[in-house]
Amino acid sequence: MNKPSAQSASPPWDDASIVAIRRDMLRFARMQLRDSGAAEDMVQEALMAAMTSAKGFAGRSAFKTWMFAILRNKIVDHIRASAREIPATSLVGERELDAGLEDFDVLFDRRGLWNPEDRPATWSDPEASFEQDAFWTVFDLCMNKLPEHIARVYTMRELLELDTAEICAELGITSNNCFVILHRARLGLRECLENRWFQGEGR
Amino acid sequence: MKMMNCKDATRLMSERYERTLSVRELLSLKVHTAMCKGCSNYGQHLDVLRQATARLREGDTGGER
Repeated sequence: MNKPSAQSASPPWDDASIVAIRRDMLRFARMQLRDSGAAEDMVQEALMAAMTSAKGFAGRSAFKTWMFAILRNKIVDHIRASAREIPATSLVGERELDAGLEDFDVLFDRRGLWNPEDRPATWSDPEASFEQDAFWTVFDLCMNKLPEHIARVYTMRELLELDTAEICAELGITSNNCFVILHRARLGLRECLENRWFQGEGR
Repeated sequence: MKMMNCKDATRLMSERYERTLSVRELLSLKVHTAMCKGCSNYGQHLDVLRQATARLREGDTGGER
């Protein structure tokens, strides 16, 4: 399988590389889909699509970027297809939307100022945290703690990089609701990361 | 003009990523964060979230394994 002459031009399809990248792709897909089975299927399809076509691949350094672009496109197709099958209102029901939106109001007092115990603290060196596996485990956990419909909109926005207009149209919600949901996602995720990671830094 | 509170400021800091804020919104946000350490930290933390999701998109999570 290893042809030294082709090394610089072909993707690294050795077992270790596949295992490592599959792990990272699964993290991404699970965060987006919240369904392990669907996530595994997407990753499998993306890996197979990549293996059967080296088109678009521009060297080893770009390997991951290329793989993740394929995965992203598969997930976007999957979401668009299911949005066509399932009526938008059952994806994000209005009642479901209202529930969970109030939860974070408890962070503020009656005047709308931070409660002393919830006031954001200074985070030291987030870049260093990004290098630690344990940080990403906490990030996964915090993402999972978000209500499902909130996480869905947030991951469509930040992981799939869809613009707000498309997300709203896909889910059949108003852009104002979209903004509110994204705001709640950021409030919740930030709060969780501070409590579960940055406050206990140096453990 | 009513003073902006932390609840409004955090909402605008999020919407900053989704739409262009008006000059009026930007200025009141600037005044608020200049006086409020919590909200100034909050703004930085939203940037950290952005950097983290960018890493997830690139599969750049964690050190060498």
